[in-house]
Amino acid sequence: MNQGVQLRNITKRYGLVTAIDNVSLDIRDNEFFALLGPSGCGKTTLLRTLAGFETPQEGQVIVAGQNVTNIRPSRRPLNLMFQSYALFPHMSVEKNIAYGLEMEKLPKDEIATRVAEVLESAKLSGFAGRKPDQLSGGQRQRVALARALVKRPKVLLLDEPLSALDKKLREEMQLELKRLQHEVGITFLIVTHDQEEALVMADRIAVLHDGKLAQVGTPHELYEHPGSRFVADFIGVMNFLNGNAVDGGVDVDGAGMLRGVSELRGAATIAVRPERVSLMQTAPQDGRNCLPGTVEEVAYHGSDLGVHVRVRGGRSTLSARVPAGQADRESIQPGQDVYCVWDAKHSRILPNC
Amino acid sequence: MTNRLKSVILLGPGLGWLALLMVVPCGLIFTYAFFERGIYGGIDHVFTFENFVRATDPLYLGIFLRSAKIAFLTTIIAILIAYPAAYAITLAPRRWQTGLLILVILPFWSNYLIRTYAWIVMLNREGLINNTLQGAGLIDEPLSLLYNNFAVIVGLVYNYTPFVVLAIYSSLNRINVETIEASEDLGAPAWTTFHRVILPQTVPGIAAGGVFVFVLSIGNFITPDLLGGGRLQMVGNLIYDQFLSARDWPFGATLSMFLIAIMMGLLFAQAVLANRAAGQRGQD
Repeated sequence: MNQGVQLRNITKRYGLVTAIDNVSLDIRDNEFFALLGPSGCGKTTLLRTLAGFETPQEGQVIVAGQNVTNIRPSRRPLNLMFQSYALFPHMSVEKNIAYGLEMEKLPKDEIATRVAEVLESAKLSGFAGRKPDQLSGGQRQRVALARALVKRPKVLLLDEPLSALDKKLREEMQLELKRLQHEVGITFLIVTHDQEEALVMADRIAVLHDGKLAQVGTPHELYEHPGSRFVADFIGVMNFLNGNAVDGGVDVDGAGMLRGVSELRGAATIAVRPERVSLMQTAPQDGRNCLPGTVEEVAYHGSDLGVHVRVRGGRSTLSARVPAGQADRESIQPGQDVYCVWDAKHSRILPNC
Repeated sequence: MTNRLKSVILLGPGLGWLALLMVVPCGLIFTYAFFERGIYGGIDHVFTFENFVRATDPLYLGIFLRSAKIAFLTTIIAILIAYPAAYAITLAPRRWQTGLLILVILPFWSNYLIRTYAWIVMLNREGLINNTLQGAGLIDEPLSLLYNNFAVIVGLVYNYTPFVVLAIYSSLNRINVETIEASEDLGAPAWTTFHRVILPQTVPGIAAGGVFVFVLSIGNFITPDLLGGGRLQMVGNLIYDQFLSARDWPFGATLSMFLIAIMMGLLFAQAVLANRAAGQRGQD
């Protein structure tokens, strides 16, 4: 039996605004799945629809083979970790975690055992008697996670679970969550606006844009083969040059023919990642794409340099990421003439919209 | 300008006002309590503890007790009426909430006495309620609704419930809605969510509103005077009588001291409770 989650043609409208527009998703058993998108794209609404706090006008929510579309949140076999953590402020850590088990009317000693177990594994044993306000942000986050996981749901929903933490702790927790998901072996569905977070943690990512599904795929697929300009732009950094798609590439206004492979014809955008662009003093004659330009700005990032190049004869700029160790510091100075070079196989040709 | 000077200037008017109109009168009442009464009111400057001994007479303690009972019942009923109202306002769409709150305090735009007289019109033997019930054939004889404890409690509840609505509304409003959803998500039915998650988080509001109603009710003398039938109903009337009819200022002062002590005790307890609740929220 499929333990995962199926969303079938979900549509949710608020008055005239369509928050979710005919979204279908198939989340596999034991998958770490991310819903990614800018704020207002409908990802949180979709998560709340899954949890049962929103009822879609159309479509079905199926969890572990059971249609739960019209079932109350309290009866769904999934638990949600809220963005605010939503810990009960008047209850101790222990009481917070026990709450969900008490609702299942489990025997007292079983509740005690399971709460103690989860406190132990969340490294919260010493804090059982504390109130939420006596905990640090990271500890509160772990309590919220423990409170949801102690119920042993089939699916754990996480609404921006790391957004309240500082950068360092957030990066630690990304790996921690991934490890935890392997350990407990249940489906994790995370909502985030942070593309890096999604790339690091998720097995697969669904990118949402204006309530519609833009693309679903593994982090690698989304990064290397974005299906639209929106996805290419939202995930990572991307250079875009507008032109006309023809056989074997795109004819870019003012820059000539740039090679790449695509079935597209007509108005199109050729895109390339900054780290795929090398900067050279002389134009190579090996069939690689080559754009002459002038260095406009150099930003030092420690491990690498971000270089902005104004393309000669065009209005566009191209950015390149050059590893700091390899960079020829002499030639990469504002005002210097360089050639931006990349392999045709790293070009992405996308519909121009 | 130093900060200290600034705070003196800013606090000045408020402190002056309090000193002139509260500390001085309370001080006077306090000293009156230790003197003998003058023949035509006022005081004779003869030091005595007699008033305090007299105040513990079962007759007067009984009146205190009855006042406390009426105030307590008023408080409970006001909370029971106010809680659902405040809850409903919290659940209403945001843009309606201010309007609904204005409706709650609307009665305060008319005079306390007028509102209390209106209850006489409603409760008397030929009043709105008796006429309606008789007209509907539900009762044969008019009910005695006026000039008893019932009428006093109705009057007090009516007048003070809005304060409780505001107090409870403000604490309901501070609840993180996600804690309510979390309770549901963890498997709690609606009633369990209410009494285990919502109600405990509004205890400070209930306490604030409750103490407010109790304190205002136990010292009230207009409502028992008008709706209670003019007999010695509550301690407020007793004090009023001592000053204005019996002309026994020192005894009236002593009774006032007792009343003030009760009120201060309750307000202090409530302040401690509120502080603790604020401390729980404040450490983010």
